[in-house]
Amino acid sequence: MNIEIALLLGQDGLTNGAIYALLSVALVLVFAVTRVIYIPQGEFVAFGALTLASFQVGKTPGTLWLLIGAGVVVALVDLSSALRSGQRRHIPRIVGWNLAYPAVVAGVIHLFTPAELPLLAQIVLSLALVVPLGPMTYRLAYQPLAEASVLVLLIVSVAVHLALVGLGLLFFGAEGSRTPAFSEGSLSVGSLTVSGQTLWVLGASLTLIVVLALFFERTIYGKALRATAMNRTGARLMGISTVMAGKLSFLLASLIGALSGILIAPITTIYYDTGFLIGLKGFVGAIVGALSSYPLAAAGALLVGLLEAFSSFWASAFKEVIVFTLIIPVLVWLSLTTRHVEEEE
Amino acid sequence: MQPHYLLGGFLVLLLTVPQIASEFHVTLLNYIGLYSIVAIGLVLLTGIGGLTSFGQAAFVGLGGYTTAYLTTATNLPAWAAFLGGAPWMGLLAGIVITALVALLLGLLTLRLSGHYLPLGTIAWSISLYFLFGNLEFLGGHTGITGIPALTVFGLVMMDGRNFFYVIWAVVLIAVWLTVNLLDSREGRAIRALKGGVVMAEAMGVDTARSKVVIFLIAALFGCVSGWLYAHLQRFVNPTPFSINMSIEYLFMAVLGGAAHVWGALIGAGVITILKQWLQDWLPRLLGASGNFEMIVFGVLLIYVLQRARDGIWPILARLVPQPVVVRAVPQAEPLPRKLPPDKGLVLLDARKVVKRFGGLVANNNMNLTVKSGEIMALIGPNGAGKSTMFNCLSGVDQATEGEVLFAGRDVTRLDSREIARLGMSRTFQHVRLLGTMSVLENAAIGAHLRGSKGVLPAMLHLERGEEARLLAEAARQVERVGLKDAMFEPAGSLALGQQRTLEIARAMCADPCLLLLDEPAAGLRYLEKQALAELLRKLRGEGVGILLVEHDMDFVMGLADRVVVMEFGEKIAEGLPEEVQRNPAVIEAYLGGVE
Repeated sequence: MNIEIALLLGQDGLTNGAIYALLSVALVLVFAVTRVIYIPQGEFVAFGALTLASFQVGKTPGTLWLLIGAGVVVALVDLSSALRSGQRRHIPRIVGWNLAYPAVVAGVIHLFTPAELPLLAQIVLSLALVVPLGPMTYRLAYQPLAEASVLVLLIVSVAVHLALVGLGLLFFGAEGSRTPAFSEGSLSVGSLTVSGQTLWVLGASLTLIVVLALFFERTIYGKALRATAMNRTGARLMGISTVMAGKLSFLLASLIGALSGILIAPITTIYYDTGFLIGLKGFVGAIVGALSSYPLAAAGALLVGLLEAFSSFWASAFKEVIVFTLIIPVLVWLSLTTRHVEEEE
Repeated sequence: MQPHYLLGGFLVLLLTVPQIASEFHVTLLNYIGLYSIVAIGLVLLTGIGGLTSFGQAAFVGLGGYTTAYLTTATNLPAWAAFLGGAPWMGLLAGIVITALVALLLGLLTLRLSGHYLPLGTIAWSISLYFLFGNLEFLGGHTGITGIPALTVFGLVMMDGRNFFYVIWAVVLIAVWLTVNLLDSREGRAIRALKGGVVMAEAMGVDTARSKVVIFLIAALFGCVSGWLYAHLQRFVNPTPFSINMSIEYLFMAVLGGAAHVWGALIGAGVITILKQWLQDWLPRLLGASGNFEMIVFGVLLIYVLQRARDGIWPILARLVPQPVVVRAVPQAEPLPRKLPPDKGLVLLDARKVVKRFGGLVANNNMNLTVKSGEIMALIGPNGAGKSTMFNCLSGVDQATEGEVLFAGRDVTRLDSREIARLGMSRTFQHVRLLGTMSVLENAAIGAHLRGSKGVLPAMLHLERGEEARLLAEAARQVERVGLKDAMFEPAGSLALGQQRTLEIARAMCADPCLLLLDEPAAGLRYLEKQALAELLRKLRGEGVGILLVEHDMDFVMGLADRVVVMEFGEKIAEGLPEEVQRNPAVIEAYLGGVE
């Protein structure tokens, strides 16, 4: 290996690592707020990328039907519980978010031909379509079990993951898609050529992380999420709705997931089930951060990206083996350094 | 346990099915059997132990690949040549390898909180899947073909109908071993993992070991299933050992009834048949081919977890009328007892104990002694730090400063399990019982350290002699505290006062020389309190030292030999009950002073 290849691999690793870092931050967030180990995060990566790809080839993405269907189910569940508890004032909001909003998105897709829109509009439309699926998933799968043990929530996560992967196959078929790069240009520094998409990924990741940091530090909702993460009961006593916190954290996670997918789609071909492995690499990062530290999780995820890039050069067939075995020394370290008191049911 | 005629009917069915069913159905039932073996392990791990693994298919793969490689390899090195060729050697090697891997993974993750095991097993199972697919000597993604058939008692198992008996015999053995294990001293320790770790440790149970044990058993069941699979199919490739299959195994366990051994069979059956059926119909319905049954499984599982978290088995069990079993009170030769300590010997000596939680000082400079054959009462207003002191003394928590001597040894840094071994036993202010276990079994957990038989004898029920003596001891103590009539009721059905007395019975089962009782009389009626006082006096007469936290002053003053009064984490008075009652500082602490 010479320096040029090393730089090239480093660039690859950093790009993927940035994506994993975004995902690992989202995973830590969801775990801290809801105690959910969010395995389905990867499916949002695939949904984001494949929805955008569908728009670009002039197809209506199947995720639209999922949005409409999930919206109807959420509306039915919420309306029946609102009527039973006599809280009629919630009805407009329920109808608005779960029935009217998907209808509006469907209308926009129908009126404008998305394939002819500029890229930015396509991306916004993809996000508008995929991101609300996050909180809807929370409402349907997790919220009725919000007080259950981590173990039960984890099994739910796996069930959601399976269902979403199956739906992904149904919507997008078994073929993969790759979207064109955001910009054609590239940057030359000495002998190193940095592709435009790499810059997009790094720039977008950094921006998103800064925005998230500001959100958590400066806004009341960000502070509410941090409070819930620290102490659920305490937060609830202070008037913070844990349901709201759960939905908000899932909203942020699905935003991060879908955006990651859109960013990475020009770099690697995305299949309906690619998201799982991408998400799990985010998890390896998150575990480096012991599922609690954002900076450590992000650093761990970058390490995963670099390790993956370099091992694909030396032993490409064993790339995944090496990446997922990284978790072992991390677990050794964690188990030597933490004194743990088991959660009692 | 279900009525015997149901079990008998099931056995008859198993014997006749291969003779009458079609080839297709026998194959289906063979798979259900193979999956059941794995699911039984997961029931033990997940439903009963409260842990979970997404790596079971990888263990199945280890079992399958080990035997496949060893029975087909032509160039084994000389030192391993004895393992080659024979399926039974393949099983042996598979078991050894699986045990090593499971032990390593277990030791790595089980000291961390519960969710690291599943995450670790996801990663390990993906690694192994890619490893199987990329290692040349394992045939890569095409796998290994030409695996020899299994020979059992000289019979060559060439077709599925013969193999049916082998598989289902293994299923029944797995059920038998697991049911046996759960009904034993080790089994009670395992059942305490879910929701009773602090209590179990205080009773001397090594809960980390119990976790490793069930993970190991579940992995080995997987390995055996994989070995059978390899010799049934006669070829292996990586696909059936992927993470998706691991997830399906977990679904089987959860759907069938995660806490019921027989539920594993139901879950495996339902999922396998449903999958077959959905794979026929869904592609036709949706007009595309693919594993769409995943969508149905996912949604179904979420629904089950939300609506019937205990799975199908309890629902089925309710349909069968439960026979009225007259259970006899266990009788057996009493367990050996420790020699009572000399009267008046200082058992417990706490010196300048300080406990801080961050900036809050819960105990400050606490000195305390308890002698054998005396009742020492620790009293004080709410929030004085009495329970914290108890936790520091019994090793549930550790003192920040100072030292605690027990039975002549420095126990300040020991954990509760080691302290229990030295002869201290305790009850908890917030009752820590296992609600679904019977009163008798709850008490028997206290006797954990008085038995020594391990997991293997328990699985084979070779420890019945010791078990009978443990249960008889538990029954004696339950009777002694006056709960004889409720002996076989679930502990969760008792009134709070009775639950407290059951905690005392459990503590007494350990044959302690020092008993720590945290508010034993709370929630008791007058007559029950008198009976409790009588019991404690009797224990005192036997030489047991008793340290008591209590709010009921009549109870304390009539019973205690000495009293220590705490307020705001510090000792404000110590002495005979009459002295303490006259002490102005105590009166001020309880009634408020005159400004």
